[in-house]
Amino acid sequence: MSLITIVGGIELGLIFSILSLGLYIAFRILDLPDLTVDGSFVTGLAISGVLAQQNHPYLGILMAVIGGSLAGIVTGLLHTKLKIQAILAGILTMTALYSINLIIMDEKPTVMFFGQKTIFSFFTGMFFVNGIDISKGLLLIIINILIVALMIYFLNTKIGLSLRATGDNEVMVRSSSINTDMMKIIGFGLTNALVALSAAIYVQYNQQGSYTVGNGMLVLSLASIIIGEALIGNKTILRNLIAIVLGSIVYRLALTYSFQMGLPSSYLKLFSALIVVFAIFLPQLKSIYQNYRKRVNHVRGQ
Amino acid sequence: MLEVNKVNVIFNPGTIHEKHALKDIDFVLNDGDFVTIIGSNGAGKSTLFNALSGSVEVSSGMIKNDGQIITYLKDYKRARFIGRLFQDPFQGTAPNLSIIQNLGLAYSRGKKQSLALAISRKDRQYFYDILKRLGLGLEQRMDTPVRLLSGGQRQALTLLMATIVTPSLLLLDEHTAALDPKTSIQIMELTEKIVKENNITTMMITHDIEDAFKYGNKTFVMNNGKIVFVLEGESRKSMKIEDVMKLYSTYNIALSDVNVLKQ
Ligand SMILES: Nc1ncnc2c1ncn2[C@@H]1O[C@H](COP(=O)(O)OP(=O)(O)OP(=O)(O)O)[C@@H](O)[C@H]1O
Ligand SMILES: [Mg+2]
Repeated sequence: MSLITIVGGIELGLIFSILSLGLYIAFRILDLPDLTVDGSFVTGLAISGVLAQQNHPYLGILMAVIGGSLAGIVTGLLHTKLKIQAILAGILTMTALYSINLIIMDEKPTVMFFGQKTIFSFFTGMFFVNGIDISKGLLLIIINILIVALMIYFLNTKIGLSLRATGDNEVMVRSSSINTDMMKIIGFGLTNALVALSAAIYVQYNQQGSYTVGNGMLVLSLASIIIGEALIGNKTILRNLIAIVLGSIVYRLALTYSFQMGLPSSYLKLFSALIVVFAIFLPQLKSIYQNYRKRVNHVRGQ
Repeated sequence: MLEVNKVNVIFNPGTIHEKHALKDIDFVLNDGDFVTIIGSNGAGKSTLFNALSGSVEVSSGMIKNDGQIITYLKDYKRARFIGRLFQDPFQGTAPNLSIIQNLGLAYSRGKKQSLALAISRKDRQYFYDILKRLGLGLEQRMDTPVRLLSGGQRQALTLLMATIVTPSLLLLDEHTAALDPKTSIQIMELTEKIVKENNITTMMITHDIEDAFKYGNKTFVMNNGKIVFVLEGESRKSMKIEDVMKLYSTYNIALSDVNVLKQ
């Protein structure tokens, strides 16, 4: 792999890590599967892309985050107030977002703004390594550090602690006089705010984006979370968040490498799904194997 | 003061699974009253607590606490002034949060949610002090996740959490039943101490008839959704186990509790 593709892979990893950090809140902290993601990713992309096209890249990021969190809040309301299962609530919002996203993109399947101002414009061409511009990467690292720091702080605030407890023991949280519905809505909102932020940066990074890019985003991101946790662990929250960021980078680099070795990029989603299935299956496999060993030893012992 | 007025709870009304679990429950408790509740399995004791704490909606009747009608107040809102302990020590704490974080959550009961840090340095010192008073050595393990504690330690912690902001009503549902005899006594003594110190109105469900008369100043005997007997004052003090058995047989109460006693 050439240095330039490695830098590119790391940069993409640092963009999608934000998405995974968002998923962490729903999947790990609240223990709620949130399928809004595939839709809210495109919402973030659409809002950010369209506003960047009109020369408002920063406003684009801000509005994308707001748009994403609104999508999450809708899922949260469907789940808590209408008592719809979390998975179905997410699918409903995601489906509705298909239309909304198209409307935001003015019924066009792609948005393009090559040569226009983005959040990266200011940072381009500032730092070089071996003649390769790493300024974008540095900006992305700063953004990641900021998000991780903010999340750590947030999860230790009163609301943050209530959020963590809600995923842990809902009965106890309600008997501490905390509205768990509200906590879940906040959780869904934050998750999708980060998802949209990731998409908003992604589209400005590429200076173009397509309406279909959201498909399978959730599984892609879960795969990178699993890889990160396997490599680094999840003992403390800080460690878990760092694992997620690094997992995202490793996953992107692995993909870039596989594609360079000739793997057709159409396999991307198949591989992501297989990784997730494998990660879920692995612990079961272990116990199946242990049971098998026990039985074998038992028979031999007789 | 807690006033319960003709409260009925009917589960699955109008279906073949209809269950009239509470029938015209009527009583008044004064501040500082400590009521013990006995009665066989399925008598409706836990349902009464669920109705009081709002986790089950009453079908009719009225519940009034300190002058405020709370019949239809949401459970988490009632939790501001009603503390609750369950039989299962796992129900009262968040396992993956540390001791101090659990206390922090309980301590913020009734206060506004905010983006301030959940546990200030001052809180930490305060939690250390009250844990130390518990006498279980938990103050040395404040940052340990609660899942690593024993059932008794958890129940002690839950008791502390339920009373750290003094509730106006404390509901104890067989909260020592899952503990070994020694720990059970320890938790009961702790309960009595905390309740007395803070003059908390308390209701305690128990299957241990001795405890039912040893603690508190009143005893309700429940059967089949009703409070069939209220014991207090002299008549309560002179109650013997044989009397309870007689009482039970008068009301055809299943003898489960009495059997427990004989062992
Ligand atoms: N959510 C519910 N839906 C339907 N029926 C219920 C529900 N909760 C309790 N019941 C029924 O109401 C009756 C009273 O139950 P409850 O749990 O109050 O008994 P209890 O006195 O606490 O008994 P135990 O000593 O076994 O704890 C039982 O017949 C029970 O099956
Ligand atoms: Mg019960």
